[in-house]
Amino acid sequence: MNAPFPQPLTSIAAPLIVDNVDTDTIIPSREIRSTGREGLADGLFAPWRYSDADLRTENPDFVLNRSEHRGASILLGGANFGCGSSREHAVWALREWGIRCVIAESFAPIFHGNCIRNGIVPIALGRADVESLANARVMVDLKAREVNALDMVLPFTLDTEAHLMLTHGLDAIDLTMTQAEAIEGWLATDRIARPWIYLVAAISPRGAGL
Amino acid sequence: MPQTLFDKIWNAHHVADTAAEAALIAIDRVFLHERTGAAALGRMAEMGRTVRDPARVFAVMDHIVDTRLGRGDGTLVKGGQAFITETRAACEAAGITLFDVNDRDQGIVHVISPELGVVLPGCTLVAPDSHTCTQGAFGALAWGIGSSEAEHAMATGTLRLARPGSMRVTFDKVLAAGVTAKDMALHLIAAHGAGGGAGHAVEFAGNGVLALDMEARMALCNMATEFGAMAGFVAPDATAFAYLSGRRYAPEDFDAPYWQTLHSDEGARFDAEIRIDASDIRPMVSWGTSPEQAIPIDGVVPEGPAKVHDYIALPPGARIAGTPVDVAFIGSCTNARISDLRRAAALLEGRSIAPSIRTAMVVPGSMAVKRQAEAEGLDRIFTQAGFEWRMSGCSLCFYAGGEGFAPGSRTISSTNRNFEGRQGPGIRTHIASPETVAASALAGCIADPRKYAR
Repeated sequence: MNAPFPQPLTSIAAPLIVDNVDTDTIIPSREIRSTGREGLADGLFAPWRYSDADLRTENPDFVLNRSEHRGASILLGGANFGCGSSREHAVWALREWGIRCVIAESFAPIFHGNCIRNGIVPIALGRADVESLANARVMVDLKAREVNALDMVLPFTLDTEAHLMLTHGLDAIDLTMTQAEAIEGWLATDRIARPWIYLVAAISPRGAGL
Repeated sequence: MPQTLFDKIWNAHHVADTAAEAALIAIDRVFLHERTGAAALGRMAEMGRTVRDPARVFAVMDHIVDTRLGRGDGTLVKGGQAFITETRAACEAAGITLFDVNDRDQGIVHVISPELGVVLPGCTLVAPDSHTCTQGAFGALAWGIGSSEAEHAMATGTLRLARPGSMRVTFDKVLAAGVTAKDMALHLIAAHGAGGGAGHAVEFAGNGVLALDMEARMALCNMATEFGAMAGFVAPDATAFAYLSGRRYAPEDFDAPYWQTLHSDEGARFDAEIRIDASDIRPMVSWGTSPEQAIPIDGVVPEGPAKVHDYIALPPGARIAGTPVDVAFIGSCTNARISDLRRAAALLEGRSIAPSIRTAMVVPGSMAVKRQAEAEGLDRIFTQAGFEWRMSGCSLCFYAGGEGFAPGSRTISSTNRNFEGRQGPGIRTHIASPETVAASALAGCIADPRKYAR
């Protein structure tokens, strides 16, 4: 169970409005040092955030290093945000750093799903709207599906399932298990329709070594 | 009503609707690797959850294992050993079939899954790896997910999904000599953008696709994720069934009438359509830091974002052919199968790489590919030309903090991603077909493989 999403979420919007920001940049593979979900914030955006990643020398020009953005919980992005590797570590790192909402022109699909599973709201808006939010005090009203800033009210779409999961901090597995009966029923039918899918159990793994 | 292949697979796996306009879709196969396997299985154990049907879950050590001879659990990647040992222990505890570091069947997940017949036409297969779409080449709906989704798939046998749109990309006519499936993928992404497939499951169709062998179809589907699509797939035909027949986890034959139903019906409606004349495609190479920044080998670098030109150190207007490279890399789930190695070796046989190349490396996609290549003498062609010959794994397709290329290197690489820093801090990556990598290694600069064809 995640915590329900803050209602509303208010923060300065930190602009990183670049297209195709990939998950290797959000967290490079070399920064994934533990097998768990923690300890990743330090490696967030390491290639851009540090002028020397080994020494952790900060690059003062990077948006999240500016004093006004250090506590930001809203990040702005360009098109195809979060493309590349499926690593959920990218979302875990953002969340650990404090980001709760990414507003971008569009999202890569796996990243989008990872956000929803981890209490980060992915909001797609037109490029001009995203740009108009740069450095503004932004209020995200998830319940109403609206972004409020300056004198603007920007409605956004989020599918009902994602909206429900985020708003209430629901656990997807718990939710699915409420339909366990339907799954059992489907499996019973499918075992007859497509037996080859289930034959793997009878094939012993080899694991023979070289 | 005529249905698309996507409709058929989706509907056949539709377990129930959820309360909120999504669907519970049954998942037939899950494949894990050591980079995220321990995290997913560890968290499941923490939450008191069990893997519902471990027989249909597989795992392999491919992401951060060393590719040096004599490798073991220790890795050049700092801290890598924990990922391997914890994944092994978690697979053992859960009863999951694991292809371990020194298993004879070890290899890159999307290479070994088809080799072993784990992926089957019409099935749903997910893995916490974005290139899972590779396996759509067999007419499966296969896609990459995050760790949380992998937990969900293992715990419940399903995923909660909003239905994506369906897109058809038709390649009319066939490829010219020296042009490959990799070039098709780069051509498509360059023309329609790295987000061009967003929100869609993409069927690759047309004579240009049906003329491809299975390994080439895998290379094409591999880069559906670089196109922003949820999945990419090809309707299975005799070529696909012949490839899979009799493989370890596959049926002996595909004679049952069911297998002939796995195609889009005449007149089926797609939400989006793209048509490309495959005979127009030339060998492609990326010039920038996104796969959409790719041009024909005889092209010039267009005007792009200043940040990209700075990183890649190529100005607008520069000819891409003739750009000096330091590193040649053949490997990855895109282009490290036996046919890829054969084509590269055909160019390299009896020739030597340019003295200016600092590193040239071949990392076979699987240990089975490695054995086959050695049986054909390809390893000797590579090593005599000046390439290193490695054990199988994902290797330097990405930089995990262990082995790396020399700082500032420019690489020509048969991999799938040219992102800033993907192959290491400051490394400038140009992605291309294996034959373009081979030709460039010979020339010492980005070179047209057709000039080296025999």
